[in-house]
Amino acid sequence: MPPSMLTINGARLTFESGQTILEAARGAAIEVPTLCDYKGTIPSGACRVCVVEVQGARTLLPACATAATPGMVVQTESPRVVAARRMVIELLLASGNHQCLVCEANGECELQALAYRYQVETPAFANPPDTPYYYEDDNSMIVRDFSKCVMCGRCVRACNERQVNQAIAIGYRGAHNKIVARGDYPYINSDCVFCGECVQACPVGALLDKQARGRGRPWELTRVRTTCPYCGVGCQMDVLVKDNRIVKVTGADAVPNDGKLCVKGRFGWNFVHHSDRLTTPLIKENGVFREASWDEALNLVASRLREIRDQAGPDKIGGWCSARVTNEENYLMQKLMRAVIGTNHVDHCARL
Amino acid sequence: MAGLAATFGSGAMTNSIAELEEADCTLVTGSNTTETHPVIATRLKRAVRLHHKSLIVIDPRRIDLVRHATIWLRQHPGTDVAVINGLMHVIIEENLHDQAYIAERTENFAALRETVARYTPEYVEQISGVPAADLRCAARLYGAAKAAAIVYAMGITQHTTGTDNVKSLANLAMLCGNVGIRAGGVNPLRGQNNVQGACDMGGLPNVFSGYQSVTDPDRRWKMEAAWGVRNLPDWLGLTMTEMLPAIPEGKIKALYIIGENPVISDADADQVINPLQHLDFLVVQDIFLTETGKLAHVVLPAASFAEKDGTFTNTERRVARVRQVIPPVGDSRPDWQIIAEISRRLGHPMPFADPQAIFEEIRRVTPSYAGITYDRLETEGGLQWPCPHPDHPGTVYLHQGQFTRGRGQFFAIDYREPAEMPDADYPLVLTTGRVLYQYHTGTMSRRAPGLMEKAPECRVEIAAGDAARLDITEGEMVRVKSRRGELVARALVSTKAVPGTIFIPFHYYEAAVNKLTIAALDPVAKIPEYKVCAVRIEKVKA
Repeated sequence: MPPSMLTINGARLTFESGQTILEAARGAAIEVPTLCDYKGTIPSGACRVCVVEVQGARTLLPACATAATPGMVVQTESPRVVAARRMVIELLLASGNHQCLVCEANGECELQALAYRYQVETPAFANPPDTPYYYEDDNSMIVRDFSKCVMCGRCVRACNERQVNQAIAIGYRGAHNKIVARGDYPYINSDCVFCGECVQACPVGALLDKQARGRGRPWELTRVRTTCPYCGVGCQMDVLVKDNRIVKVTGADAVPNDGKLCVKGRFGWNFVHHSDRLTTPLIKENGVFREASWDEALNLVASRLREIRDQAGPDKIGGWCSARVTNEENYLMQKLMRAVIGTNHVDHCARL
Repeated sequence: MAGLAATFGSGAMTNSIAELEEADCTLVTGSNTTETHPVIATRLKRAVRLHHKSLIVIDPRRIDLVRHATIWLRQHPGTDVAVINGLMHVIIEENLHDQAYIAERTENFAALRETVARYTPEYVEQISGVPAADLRCAARLYGAAKAAAIVYAMGITQHTTGTDNVKSLANLAMLCGNVGIRAGGVNPLRGQNNVQGACDMGGLPNVFSGYQSVTDPDRRWKMEAAWGVRNLPDWLGLTMTEMLPAIPEGKIKALYIIGENPVISDADADQVINPLQHLDFLVVQDIFLTETGKLAHVVLPAASFAEKDGTFTNTERRVARVRQVIPPVGDSRPDWQIIAEISRRLGHPMPFADPQAIFEEIRRVTPSYAGITYDRLETEGGLQWPCPHPDHPGTVYLHQGQFTRGRGQFFAIDYREPAEMPDADYPLVLTTGRVLYQYHTGTMSRRAPGLMEKAPECRVEIAAGDAARLDITEGEMVRVKSRRGELVARALVSTKAVPGTIFIPFHYYEAAVNKLTIAALDPVAKIPEYKVCAVRIEKVKA
């Protein structure tokens, strides 16, 4: 067999030096389930869901943390692999409070999907271990339900390796393992900057977008890809909507942000539905605003601009474009000012 | 942007966001990136922590990025030109400059060399307070790197020497052959979602879309033909910061303002409110009734980003789609429909069916956007200008092989003091900016409960030593005064602040810091000096 070829499930595949078995399999569209693997982070081999059988190896090996080598012969769904994976899933299900009925993650939970895929009906280990089930609900953005945490460590790597905020780590030992912020403080009193990367990374319902809680099941939501309205980075994000209300925002796996967002992009969208929104044109009379129809307001604007242009001159009128509106709108505004009014007094707040 | 345009011929981020993770060395100055552009900051931090690249931070505040920096140069506010000249002095002295690149691609190097020769690290230390040894170390890190990037933001431009600061950074980049290569460049981070697009689309007093000059007869004729009009104005318009003082003089009688809130964001806020009150007619179009809107004769309710289609252009020149998520709230309308309606009533119909139709016209008249279509954005995700034809892949980094203006121009620049320096009456330096949890004048972010929970009110950041000397304790109310105004806010004794300098964010109308700032402008870019003014701070007596 030539170098840089391996066999997965009987198919001969090429791979690049340095790739893991998981990457080689994905390159050939062979799906190996994982819970802890996370894009842009160093593999940890924590969850053991991705174990595969490698010919000649004494034990099953984690595909995410084992380098592909030339001539390797790999089975990703052999009876031995499936038995081991079922056991791992059973242990994970037994390790916490995995009640799907009212869980926010129901329908997009990766543990639930694995239990279904491998038909794990009732865990063989019925009694959860004697660990306290924390529920942290003291800030308005992120809920932490430790009773559902499977200790995959994705959130920790998302925080430390993707966002590099270094706010959380795995604390304590053995069965008392727990994700800790600073010296095991609530997020709100820690170094957490609420980028929400951990929520997006969590494969189960242990980390929740609080604003979305109870507002819609995953399958009820419509997903629209758009561009964040805050800073100039232009992060791509998916806005999830139900009944014409935004439910939540997640980072889209696209340039330039590769799935990342910050606190404003993820949790700062509420202004859209705020009761302070202007909903009708206003005209000021004797120093106070009154509501007006669009026709009345637009006619007034056009006639006043025409009067001032005709009587004082087009160079007495200025128009301010906006760094907050679209290209199409900025283009039309400068066209209106230059071609219709006849002024070059056009600017926006680039300087501020 | 004027500084970069003069040096390279194009005023935009030269390279791309993703490349910042690859640069062997990145110099960040005047950008509190982790708070103002958090997702770009992840690239800078990953470069250090995961890829073991070096990071130089030049900033008067101990910003969060300092935690990750290989070296931090803490200059006195407003002394950037001296520090950058000092870096170049060391690089030339130690022969770390790229002589072949300088000879082939640039001009005016002799003048630069002569000027920076005076900026020995010891002299720079006297001006800026940066230890000479640290300056040498940073110069070697930047000068020896194979590909080195420079990142800056308003901390560089919001000075009376802003254009000089930018030209100095461009000098430094060209000196080491770092422009026109992958993972290098000079990269201004734009603060607002579509500030790049607003510039690209001709939302400026001197250019049509694509930076086509209004004083160039050929460009005017082209636009007249495209728009079906005659006699487009051939004179240079006024900037925002020039229009306001022109109002009391009777030179501006009407303003139509879209989505801007200058009453908060402009320097010396009282100088904004008064002129706006003197207008014969003020129209404000926005999603909320802002402080500026309250002064208007007519307020038009606009749809938010979530309620319309279109495109934004991000800081790396990438054009990406904005897609309608929900219908317009109440009776609000997308801005493009409102503008078209006003135009129609002024006798010039703009019969666009949708934003895509407008974009098609933009493509026809804007060479750098000519190759971008909605269909391509749908399949390719986002495209970086210049993209001159439909088969062009877009431009990841500018000035490859040649600068837009031909040869890159070195400018020999001497250090000048800020407009206002601290003195006995006003002994502290005030610098302004953003905090992570708020955005601009707060019209959006202050209506988000999560963001308000983390940053509910204005805090005056002050160093522990200054606070102790003035008998100010964490959390107590203080009064900050400048020669122009005063505000009262709660003190935050912060490790970010350094002795002699306080920081106040500009998001809060009830503690509008721009009542304190000075309206002194950079003579070229017309940007106000928000980053340096002299203040004093005192306890509010109970």
